[in-house]
Amino acid sequence: MSGSGSGSGSSMTSYPPPGLPPPSAPPPSGSSELAPRARTRGSHPLVVTLDKKSAPRAVFSGDQLVEVDLPAGTRVIYPRPPLDALKDVDAAIRYALNHPMGSDPLHAKLRPGMKVVIAIDDISLPLPPMRRPDVRERVLTVVLEMLADHGVEDVEMIIATSIHRRMTADEVRHVVGDRIFKAYWPDRLYNHDAEDPKGMKLVGTTDHGEVVSLNRKAVESDLLVYVNLNLVPMDGGHKSVAVGLCGYESLRAHHNPHVMRNCHSYMDPTTSALATSVERMGRLVEKALDVFHIETTVNNRMFDRPLEFLHKNEDDWTGTERASFKALSFTLSKLPQGARQAIFQKVPSPYGVTGVFAGECDAVHERALDRCYAQYAVPVQGQADIVVAGIPYISPYNVNSFLNPLLVQVMAQGYLFNLYRGAPLVRKGGTMIVFHPCTDQFDKEHHAPYIEFVHDVLPQTRDAMVMHTQFEEKFARNPAYVEMYRKGHAYHPAHPFYMWYWGEAGRQHLGRVIVVGADNDYVPKLLGYETARTFREALMMASDGKRDPEITMMHVPPICMADVTL
Amino acid sequence: MAASFFDVDGTLVRTNLLHPTVFYLANQNNPLASLGALARAAAGGPRMALAEMLDRRRFNELLFAAYAGMSNDRLRLLADEAFDSVLKRAIYPGAKDLVTRCRDQGHQVVFVSGALDFLMDKLVAHFGATGHISNRLEIKDNYATGKLLRPIVAGPEKARLVREWAKAHGEDLGECFAYSDSYSDVPLLSVVGHPCVVNPDLRLSKLARTYDWPVIHLGKRPAFAELLERIP
Repeated sequence: MSGSGSGSGSSMTSYPPPGLPPPSAPPPSGSSELAPRARTRGSHPLVVTLDKKSAPRAVFSGDQLVEVDLPAGTRVIYPRPPLDALKDVDAAIRYALNHPMGSDPLHAKLRPGMKVVIAIDDISLPLPPMRRPDVRERVLTVVLEMLADHGVEDVEMIIATSIHRRMTADEVRHVVGDRIFKAYWPDRLYNHDAEDPKGMKLVGTTDHGEVVSLNRKAVESDLLVYVNLNLVPMDGGHKSVAVGLCGYESLRAHHNPHVMRNCHSYMDPTTSALATSVERMGRLVEKALDVFHIETTVNNRMFDRPLEFLHKNEDDWTGTERASFKALSFTLSKLPQGARQAIFQKVPSPYGVTGVFAGECDAVHERALDRCYAQYAVPVQGQADIVVAGIPYISPYNVNSFLNPLLVQVMAQGYLFNLYRGAPLVRKGGTMIVFHPCTDQFDKEHHAPYIEFVHDVLPQTRDAMVMHTQFEEKFARNPAYVEMYRKGHAYHPAHPFYMWYWGEAGRQHLGRVIVVGADNDYVPKLLGYETARTFREALMMASDGKRDPEITMMHVPPICMADVTL
Repeated sequence: MAASFFDVDGTLVRTNLLHPTVFYLANQNNPLASLGALARAAAGGPRMALAEMLDRRRFNELLFAAYAGMSNDRLRLLADEAFDSVLKRAIYPGAKDLVTRCRDQGHQVVFVSGALDFLMDKLVAHFGATGHISNRLEIKDNYATGKLLRPIVAGPEKARLVREWAKAHGEDLGECFAYSDSYSDVPLLSVVGHPCVVNPDLRLSKLARTYDWPVIHLGKRPAFAELLERIP
């Protein structure tokens, strides 16, 4: 196990050195060209209150962009400008490995003849995929060099997919780079298989009865190195190993509606029952295995130059930007869906790496979380009656495929609802208005079990508890779907259930969800949503006789989250 | 409880009905007899090819006529060797795992095949399956007549036989699974609640996409599969 390392707890344990602005600090001056103009009241420059002269807001509705006229008085929460990227990422990686937190340096743990397994976060992070070289390739390059220099030859790399779909060869190549791919794929670089009868090994059971069973190769290694990419605060930490390399038996401990109802929110580990359970399991892992964690963080530069204006307050758009938006939304409205998907998903994002931290799990993750919150957290005072958000074309679960109806639900009540700390952005019993076509379309390979879930399970019940007790296990053990997960590129059959549970906290809190722009009625009905033809109609439905309801819009993507104080 | 019904040829093994038949013909009492049997079978080839296109049942009848005159003892004696030489080495990687997974779920696993019963006995034992629904040769005075006993297991008849089997064993077909690689088994796939297409050709792939049936590849995934999967 990692002991007291040379850099434990000191200020010299990471690169760049600490001293970051707190989450509530104003955006860095170096990025001021992207900062929205503060108009009237608001707890922060990124919380903009609209007036009668405000321009319409640009909102994603799946893979289309629409303009929405919001009433005067509406608060719009904008993402922070991208944090400055590290100038020399490779140096930062070397610094982190040689000056780890709470652990010996990586080189001090190596000896010739030892077995090393490197686990790598899968392509569900970041979104969209990162422009090459992916930061994981950079980390792996340095780590593999170090292993070779110390005579370590028995090295295997596992994509820590848990029960996500297996990554394709091209996707793996994108993440690890050509050189590593050619040298290791597929014999020494491969996807985790949580259903391989001989491939999993019991690590133990927590005092809460949570079964920890992980990838056998990782468990039997002399050293496990985890290469993470933290996109949002729910990533990384103990979740990396305890979830990324586990299987259905372990996931059941926390991916269930009982636990999900006690998460306030997923993005705040201190108030998330899910994070608490994962942490218990992770601590068991850390006792049993020698794990060296490497966490990386990226900024939120999701859109490159031509689309960069989508970060900005619409009132601050230049004439060119306004024309670009009009041209883009018009073009998208005329293109077939496949072409729209290609436009958005085939273009990787120019994320900048903002931090590299290595060493012991908790110490490393604390620093990574700081960077995440510094990028995403926007202070917001008070809750709203109505929260408005566009649902974009992408989620962690549809990289290179279509955002199907179940994932629409995940984005609305799962991710968007949970992008808060403190208190939910919307009051208990309040309304969420979302924009999405809710098209009844699925990727027949990646989301094969989702189809049966949406069209067979959902019509029978939307009650997560009933699903959990009466449907989940049988469905999750479906041999055909399990085979598709193991040998094809399908999500595990338990995954659609987890996607439904993901929305459980939001479902329990929200009074109603109204979807604008749906191209059918039956999908929203299956999800328990109401439909409105226009935003104005949705607003009238949501107001429900109440005069001047408080309305707040989350202007995503890029990602932002609200630090709500009451 | 549920049952899983598996087509065999092309689904669990890469061989078809011809392969074991050729093995039997090539292993007659003496080389001359083998040569004659193979020559007769080859002469009937065009008729069999036509029957395969028009009527799967008729194809089976023509194919198994080649067994006429073989003794029952020899048929069963050679079954072990035929299984080891032809079938066992043709089992798709992952096929046994899939069947085992079905058994682990408490399913009764039944092979539904146009192949002959004495070969299916071996395959069932190898996979640890529950049983089989397969073709049987008519035996008179210890010699095969070259005719098949009714019902002939092929095409739509498979669906009827599976229904009968389920009824006799108290299985709810809505809870049952069926696995096949062949378009001729669409009736079989259609009678169960959980159809699954295995190693499909293009025609069956398209049908599976239309009905959202799961598709699995136990063998090598053909190039068209990758293309089809990318079409919304």
